[in-house]
Amino acid sequence: MCLGIPMQIQEINGNVATAAMSGTALKIYLDVLDEKAKVGDYVIVHAGFAIHRIDEEEAKETLKLFEDAGYLAPNQDTGDSP
Amino acid sequence: MKYVDEYRDRDIAERLVKRIHEACHQKITLMEVCGTHTVAIHRNGLPELLPEEITLISGPGCPVCVTPVADIDRAIALSQKDGLIIATFGDLLRVPGSHTSLLKQRSLGADVRIVYSAYDAFYLAEQNPERRVVFLGVGFETTAPTVAAVIRRVQEVGLKNFSVLSMHKVLPPALLSLVTSPQVKINGFICPGHVSTIIGTGIYKKVAADFHIPCVVAGFEPVDILQTIALLVEQIGRGEAKVEIQYRRAVSPEGNLKARSMMEEVFEVCDSNWRGFGMLPQSGLKLKADYAPCDAERRYDIPPVKSQEPPGCICGDILRGIKRPPDCSLFKKLCTPDNPVGACMVSSEGTCAAYYQFSGVKIV
Repeated sequence: MCLGIPMQIQEINGNVATAAMSGTALKIYLDVLDEKAKVGDYVIVHAGFAIHRIDEEEAKETLKLFEDAGYLAPNQDTGDSP
Repeated sequence: MKYVDEYRDRDIAERLVKRIHEACHQKITLMEVCGTHTVAIHRNGLPELLPEEITLISGPGCPVCVTPVADIDRAIALSQKDGLIIATFGDLLRVPGSHTSLLKQRSLGADVRIVYSAYDAFYLAEQNPERRVVFLGVGFETTAPTVAAVIRRVQEVGLKNFSVLSMHKVLPPALLSLVTSPQVKINGFICPGHVSTIIGTGIYKKVAADFHIPCVVAGFEPVDILQTIALLVEQIGRGEAKVEIQYRRAVSPEGNLKARSMMEEVFEVCDSNWRGFGMLPQSGLKLKADYAPCDAERRYDIPPVKSQEPPGCICGDILRGIKRPPDCSLFKKLCTPDNPVGACMVSSEGTCAAYYQFSGVKIV
């Protein structure tokens, strides 16, 4: 119902930011984001708005669950560094 | 892509499928509430990977789909007014009203523009001071705060030629309607990810506690969804009904308080008509009196239209999980994405569109 894309913030100017994913940059708005975002952060973007700053620790936790269950090699690279 | 690729890992997916097969010992019906989940499930061919005991049914989580014909007719009626620009998300354009669609009206001269965000409509109004812009507000709690933010901005800067026709809906009343319905027995909910980013998990706690139905909030990649199904099947196997958040990178139990307070400042809940469900008390959002100048409902006289659902279309039953697209006599025959009869075939998140495009997809 609500498509949301993880994008990385490249530039912030007041309530407006530029965010990118896979080489595509978009102008996004930060009005409803509940915590301060900084350049380099990943946010979930819905209808042009950042609605959530992705919690890196929580993301790692989910992957760690897979690791603990033997689904992932412990040293597997989990993505690009921000 | 960070936060995407790692959740598409084939090895993890295969192991999760194995875990689901091992844990599943009974017939189970799971509902994915969210249209974006429906698309992800079918695009990735997940039903083919699951034990045959598991049935996945789609719920009412496609906002364009649950918008009733009467509201589409009202939006079309507005598009007929002189000097108005209608700004809308693209999906709504092709939804058939009783007699026509916004797309057809556009081809006949109505000024209907597709926007990506409510702010696009705001700038459209700023750039066209001699015209009046009406933004069609459709969407659940994920979208409503973004529209609220723009309405606040409009009031702040004193923009006079912008208003919103609010057809927004809130999810909890529809969920409660589903769990109290005798027509469909749901054993577990794959709960919407991004609605939950905003509203948190409060409503699911009620569903789990009062109706003994496990709820897991899911992300949108294949591994997210498979892990969610594994968690649900395991809970069902243990006879438990609790709320778990699989999509922890984007959802906290309390949700996004700032977005919610913005939504509550601008909108108030009202009774609302849903395709398939009928009138659900306190399930819609209308603009508060403080924001009356931005309220298209108050600003424009919208002539009443005698609305009728398309004959033969079973979108309503599909949205409640009672029927599935192949049960519909129009599906893939009279009703296709190029020539949709019902809303569920129009929206990219619609159940019928997802079945049409992806069902039968096999993972090789």
